[in-house]
Amino acid sequence: MIKARVYVTIKEGVLDPQGKAVAGALASLGFEDVVGVRVGKFLEIELDAGDREDAAVRVKRMCDELLANPVIEDYRFELEPRDGA
Amino acid sequence: MRAAVLVFPGSTCDADCYRAVESVLGVPVAYVPHTATDLSSFDLIVVPGGFSYGDYLRAGAIARFAPVMAGLRAAAERGAYVLGICNGFQILLEAGLLEGAMRRNERLAFRCHQTELRVVNAATPFTTRFEPGETIRVPIAHGEGNWYCDEATLARLRAGDQIVFTYVGENPNGSVADVAGICNPEGNVLGMMPHPERAADARLGSEDGARLFQSVLAAWEERRAAAVAG
Repeated sequence: MIKARVYVTIKEGVLDPQGKAVAGALASLGFEDVVGVRVGKFLEIELDAGDREDAAVRVKRMCDELLANPVIEDYRFELEPRDGA
Repeated sequence: MRAAVLVFPGSTCDADCYRAVESVLGVPVAYVPHTATDLSSFDLIVVPGGFSYGDYLRAGAIARFAPVMAGLRAAAERGAYVLGICNGFQILLEAGLLEGAMRRNERLAFRCHQTELRVVNAATPFTTRFEPGETIRVPIAHGEGNWYCDEATLARLRAGDQIVFTYVGENPNGSVADVAGICNPEGNVLGMMPHPERAADARLGSEDGARLFQSVLAAWEERRAAAVAG
């Protein structure tokens, strides 16, 4: 089993209404040092695969085709080390 | 003219769309499930509002992989009229049939009220029954109507007269250029966040939406007459 951790975020330069709302809420809680917040998505994908390079290619395709909307979102992912560290 | 109203798991506005087409136009209209693969017998295909697939991941993101979407794409390519309303607009954006993407409303609140729209392009098959620049009243009900596109795309849409409706007065969701509805370059695919099917009867507070459906029928009749004569 290979586990992929995928992080999807709104692109820089695209207004993130949720991030803005969270930043405002943090400020009203007294966290005045917060200058910006971006809210994204985190996905954990378990793959029944053995080959890490092949898994990386497939996860990239998943991101390109479904998990991220390329018009407004960026993504990055990491594959969990094979020994489960 | 034969009309179809697509129904995805989670669609909620299909019945209102069916009723609007039936009562305004009196043409044969059918519900078509998301599992259907052939839309070749339909001239107008309505992709209704709602929460298809729970809006999971992103609104419309999962609907675009439903079996019916291949048939919808083929229908759009052959020039059938495709009308995406609210979640339908979101599905058309995710499917790449219209440009841009949706974000959460700017101030996060779900906006559910009447709006005033400007008919920016009264020459599309969906808007010939309106006057250019006319203000019409159509309600909205959405939490993710904040349409976005980059500067280059906006310039291209403007040049191609693809911006069809904009919000007049307050923009309820923060959409770029106050856009409420856009079409594809050919003009046969329209996506809009407001609900014309909820403005098709005076008892609902506005009949302005009826003229959108009437425009489509008129366009279809004109095209058919030209085909027969030619």
